[in-house]
Amino acid sequence: MANMAQALRMALHYAEEKLGVTDIFGEDVGPPLGGVFTCTQGLRTTWNSPLDERGIIGMAMGIALAGGRPIAEIQFCDYIYNTVDLLKLAGNTCWASNGQWNLPMVVMTPVGSGIRGSIYHSHSFDASATHIPGWKIVMPSTPLDAYGLMLAACKEQNPVMFLIPKALMRIKGEEPIPGEPGEDKALSRLIDAPLGDRSQWKAQWPDTGEVGIDIGQAKVVREGRQVTVVSYGRTMPLCRSAAEVLAGEGVDAEVLDLRTLWPYDWATLKASIEKTGRVLFVNEDTEVTNFGEHLVRRTTDELFYQLLAPPKLLAGKFVPGIGLADTLETASVPQEHDVVQALRELATQAP
Amino acid sequence: MARDAKKLEVVKAAKQGKKPAAAKPRRTSRPEAKVAQPAAVTAAPKPQPVSAFKPIITRSDELPLDRALLLRIHDTMVKARCLEERLIAMYKSGHGYFWIGGPGEEAFNVPLGLLIKKGEGPAFDYLHFHYRQSATFLALGEEPLGAIRQMKNTASDPYSGGRNFAGHFSKREWNLCPVSSPIEVQYAMAPGTAHVQKRFGGDGITIVTGGDAGTAEGDFASCLVWSSRPGQELPVLILVTNNRWGISTPYGQVQGVERLSDRGAAFGMRTKTIDGNDPISSYLELKEAFEYVRTERKPYLVEANVSRLFGHSSASGANLIKGEPDCLELFEEKLAAHGVLSRADAKALRARYVEEMAELARQAKEEPLPDGSTIWEHVYFGEGPPDPLPKG
Ligand SMILES: Cc1ncc(C[n+]2csc(CCOP(=O)(O)OP(=O)(O)O)c2C)c(N)n1
Ligand SMILES: [Mg+2]
Repeated sequence: MANMAQALRMALHYAEEKLGVTDIFGEDVGPPLGGVFTCTQGLRTTWNSPLDERGIIGMAMGIALAGGRPIAEIQFCDYIYNTVDLLKLAGNTCWASNGQWNLPMVVMTPVGSGIRGSIYHSHSFDASATHIPGWKIVMPSTPLDAYGLMLAACKEQNPVMFLIPKALMRIKGEEPIPGEPGEDKALSRLIDAPLGDRSQWKAQWPDTGEVGIDIGQAKVVREGRQVTVVSYGRTMPLCRSAAEVLAGEGVDAEVLDLRTLWPYDWATLKASIEKTGRVLFVNEDTEVTNFGEHLVRRTTDELFYQLLAPPKLLAGKFVPGIGLADTLETASVPQEHDVVQALRELATQAP
Repeated sequence: MARDAKKLEVVKAAKQGKKPAAAKPRRTSRPEAKVAQPAAVTAAPKPQPVSAFKPIITRSDELPLDRALLLRIHDTMVKARCLEERLIAMYKSGHGYFWIGGPGEEAFNVPLGLLIKKGEGPAFDYLHFHYRQSATFLALGEEPLGAIRQMKNTASDPYSGGRNFAGHFSKREWNLCPVSSPIEVQYAMAPGTAHVQKRFGGDGITIVTGGDAGTAEGDFASCLVWSSRPGQELPVLILVTNNRWGISTPYGQVQGVERLSDRGAAFGMRTKTIDGNDPISSYLELKEAFEYVRTERKPYLVEANVSRLFGHSSASGANLIKGEPDCLELFEEKLAAHGVLSRADAKALRARYVEEMAELARQAKEEPLPDGSTIWEHVYFGEGPPDPLPKG
């Protein structure tokens, strides 16, 4: 089954053929490389940009202003920070013009740790992105969700920030994308660019279709009765396996994949938290002014009297970077054992 | 030589980038201190020594534009000046929180507006302006009431509904992209609209304007890089109005480049520095640049030397600054000397516009502010308020 990079490639192909996407561009996005994570190999509308992140975001905004439908890639979210005022501008263009202008554009960027990327290839961007109103922000944790959310993003009338957890980029999915060949090697032969000379190579696209995933829908990944854990991106699979570990200890955890950070699916979160009375939010961005803190605040404000324990946040340590050494990275961002421990404590906490 | 024949010759010379033989400086007593150097056209890529630049026009006894156009330019310049003076008066009498605008740049901004191909979509020109371009907007045919309403931040402000500062226009029907406060971001977006236009075909171009100090931002360099990629050159008219100030910082203190237009030469683009205080020169120079960008589908960088007549903004008092050449005053002098428009008629026109703007301001003063509950509108295009937010 497709991994996330392949799923995104198939979604981008669908989007440029059927959803009116006009330009997929960024540093090394076009041939021959097709993106440093291979997400843009074999596509028709890709091109290589100058090495200029502000120029990339500005170009996307200009294309969108003129009626095009761009998808811009920032090679690593670590390098998106010098574009923040342009991201703010993209987020406020509709509002500032009192509804006259809109920017149908997607910015996609790999985020987070997990590939031993050291200080400048391990950053998260969800805390910063959720400080910028006017955007829709998504972050899939499976290839199928990546595929579906990319299609949804390409139908949007508003700017969409598409955060790709790079640690999950090469993990194969468990649910097929409708139309993809059943056998892994067959898919690779169709859509992975060959090593060496690629000048004559053309992708053979499987006939994939719509999957009905919209922006703003969380997913119940595992049903449970005693404690809720809400996550997205790299830490999502850790929460799933932590729930299985705890099931062995007699703790029944419900696992939610938020998938869209903004505007998020409060109805699904609320229903789960009301059921279990206990909630743990998990992500790997630095924990001070973290998006999970907003979710904790909302939970406290709206569901206080239904809670059996204080809502908790497990997130990255508030340190300036993620160090290269394995010991430093694992000490900085949540690992499976951290989730197990936090969930266990929360599930058994009594006044 | 008959006036018309002379005019033809000058225009012809202008087309060829030559100096007309008979053209001589007419007045020597003009205040030259802040007036631009003569217009100069470069044939990029090779930067040329300053002395080799050939002016399109020089001062002449005759005016190289026809009377109707001269009068139209003058009329719009007066209208724009009266609008800005009214906005300043509104600020000073408590009918607005902040003023910023373009009095002193009319001689450049009006011809610019007259040369724009106005409309919606990539077949027409995309406009990425900054906050000193009311005169361009009026030259496009906009009514001044909108600017007055924006100054008063009324709900009826057609550009931002009371959300943004004076001079921060936006008009989608005319491809006028929202003017925003962060300096220079428009230069990062301009290649994007031009990219769509190049692919679309036709003769629509992108026009981007900003000040001299802002060219130090990386976005200006981005614009030069992205619009001059080999084989992918973009139809962008890159304009810089050089008033030799960034708020309180003089140009010479922070910019080592003698002429900002020279920065384009390294990118192989056509460049020139023009006299933005002279509407005739501005018109002809801009026309040549417009035609080049429209037909060649390649960038052109034009620097216009202009005045800043009322200082930076209301933050510096918005009072008339002495010693800056006033382009309107100079133009009226010229029109009178050439028998195009008498001093008395110019004065009467001004009086009419003064009264018209005062009346519009009286009207706007009665209009309501936007309701506080409207803050939730237009967060997203075509959608109601974002769902997860408490609305209270
Ligand atoms: C990115 C940014 N930095 C600083 C400011 C504050 N600011 C507003 S106008 C201005 C000076 C601009 O000078 P220039 O580009 O020459 O344009 P002018 O106002 O002279 O026309 C500054 C520093 C801003 N608006 N945006
Ligand atoms: Mg300036």
